[in-house]
Amino acid sequence: MGANLFANYGEAIAMILFGIGFGNLLLQNNLIKKIIGLNIMDSAVYLFLAEKGYVNGRVAPIVFDGVQEVEAYINPIPSGLVLTGIVVSVSVTALMLSITIRLYRRYHTLNLDEISVQLKKEGL
Amino acid sequence: MDFIRNFPAIAILLCLFAGIITSGLKQKAARILNTVLICIELVLNGCTLFYTVITGEAFVYVMGKFPAPWGNEIRAGVLEGMMGFFFCVIMLLSMLGGKKKLFDEVEESKMSLYYVLTDLLLSSLLALVYTNDLFTAYVFVEINTIAACGLIMIRQNGRTIEAAVRYMIMSLLGSGMLLLGICMLYDLTGHLLMSNIKESVQLIVAQGSYRVPILVTIALMCVGLAIKSALFPFHAWLPDAYGYSTVSSAAMLSSLVSKGYIFLLLKIIYRVLGFDVFKNSHIIDVLFVFGLMGMIFGSLNAIAENDVRRMIAFSSVAQIGYIYMGIGMGTKAGMVASAFHILSHAATKSLLFIAAIGLTDVSGGSRKFIELTGAAYRNKWAGVTFTVGSLSMVGVPMFSGFISKLLFAQAAVQNHAKMLPALIVLAISTILNAIYFMKTVIRIYTPVENTPYEKITFKDMKLYAVILVCFIVLNVLLGISSQPVVDLIEQGLSMFA
Repeated sequence: MGANLFANYGEAIAMILFGIGFGNLLLQNNLIKKIIGLNIMDSAVYLFLAEKGYVNGRVAPIVFDGVQEVEAYINPIPSGLVLTGIVVSVSVTALMLSITIRLYRRYHTLNLDEISVQLKKEGL
Repeated sequence: MDFIRNFPAIAILLCLFAGIITSGLKQKAARILNTVLICIELVLNGCTLFYTVITGEAFVYVMGKFPAPWGNEIRAGVLEGMMGFFFCVIMLLSMLGGKKKLFDEVEESKMSLYYVLTDLLLSSLLALVYTNDLFTAYVFVEINTIAACGLIMIRQNGRTIEAAVRYMIMSLLGSGMLLLGICMLYDLTGHLLMSNIKESVQLIVAQGSYRVPILVTIALMCVGLAIKSALFPFHAWLPDAYGYSTVSSAAMLSSLVSKGYIFLLLKIIYRVLGFDVFKNSHIIDVLFVFGLMGMIFGSLNAIAENDVRRMIAFSSVAQIGYIYMGIGMGTKAGMVASAFHILSHAATKSLLFIAAIGLTDVSGGSRKFIELTGAAYRNKWAGVTFTVGSLSMVGVPMFSGFISKLLFAQAAVQNHAKMLPALIVLAISTILNAIYFMKTVIRIYTPVENTPYEKITFKDMKLYAVILVCFIVLNVLLGISSQPVVDLIEQGLSMFA
């Protein structure tokens, strides 16, 4: 168990980072810190994918020097998934940031609890 | 006839292109294009359903030139065709029913953007329904989330923006877990296509290796999708999002967006993990327990609510609980009941939202119960429709809600271990439903004298009244002729495997 954990330290770190990001996104009060948590969480998943997609001693799947054996190259799909995932998380982050700006202009605070209190005062 | 095999792909792409075109159109053109688009989608999905029923088997459509283990695929069976068709019907009715309110509540310059968002929403829903590739499903889950967030906050006030932020946070937690689950599953099996993953998962389970990773994967995907579809402890964002957004958005969010995620979960259970693997994991009991809790606490919150829109929103929490209870039973009958309840709840909840707006409009725009007194006399059509929806939710025979409660009860009887809690909670939840819905119905039919609000007649709301009648017909149809629908669901579920 411990030896496996040490051999796969990249994946282990990815899971720890995922937990950190998840906790921040869930528990922080400050919206910007929440968004940072979101980014840590997503990056952790990409780290996991990249770590799983790489095999020691192999290279990117571009035929070089006429070497055509499958064993020489890594599977390109995990890298493709990472790219797709990055695009998704960038657009989600942009959306979150834009909503945060809206809320800040209206209520002059980034704290979600304070915003809720102000909303109750407005009595909408 | 074989050209119908192209229809699911065309339906998804058409929505995406219509969204792009709509962003450059003026408001009126955008509206007409949107209505025409949904009608076309209706026909395309109807044809797909018809074709799969006739041929009696599901078909796979290869996207691009790469064959099975590498390329991307679309797969359509009876259940997929039925869900696609039904989603289009509900969307059409919700858009038309909330049209007038949309003009009042949304700034004119943002109107065409609203139609872009609905086009995107429809495309992502159809993609979730038809796709055979897990990572594609994840991408469209995110598109669905973004479109839904836009639908919530298109009506600009503090409440909706706050609701949109809360919605986004919960949704992103859910999709993060779903993504991690998909990545781990890809890591275990080496495939992204659902059918190939299933073969590998069966092999792994048969060998008895990777027990913990498989369990963690199932847990991550189930919990992720449960968070996104607002299962009980994760429902904090829901009442604000449904209660304050414009009425078409509320109807679509409650009856389509959350149902899309649940349908994806059904697909994952049957087509990715395999039903037996899912059944033998303990996650199923967790879903069952949280479903039961949702049924009770959602209803209790609804009883305490003093705002009709928020009350309907809390009732959604309870109904989502029903669906997860059915999934949690772990029998085929439970799954059929859940799938039927997806349809019946979608039809009833959008009806309630659309009817409630008619009642609040004749009460000076107030949603408090005290102002709603006698509203059904001022707007007769909305009053009758709201009553039909309430009766259906409570589970009175003739309406769709009764059939789903009946199916749930039958499924509970077949499962000895879970029979007692399921039946008891079903009974309690029905009583609680009756309390708050009948309270509202009695309130709107209580006559008042000297009311300051004016009556509204058929002439002032022709389209709205027609839409209400369509909703009632849909509901009664589901209630009376439920057997063909249930047969189709059973056929579709057996096609899944």
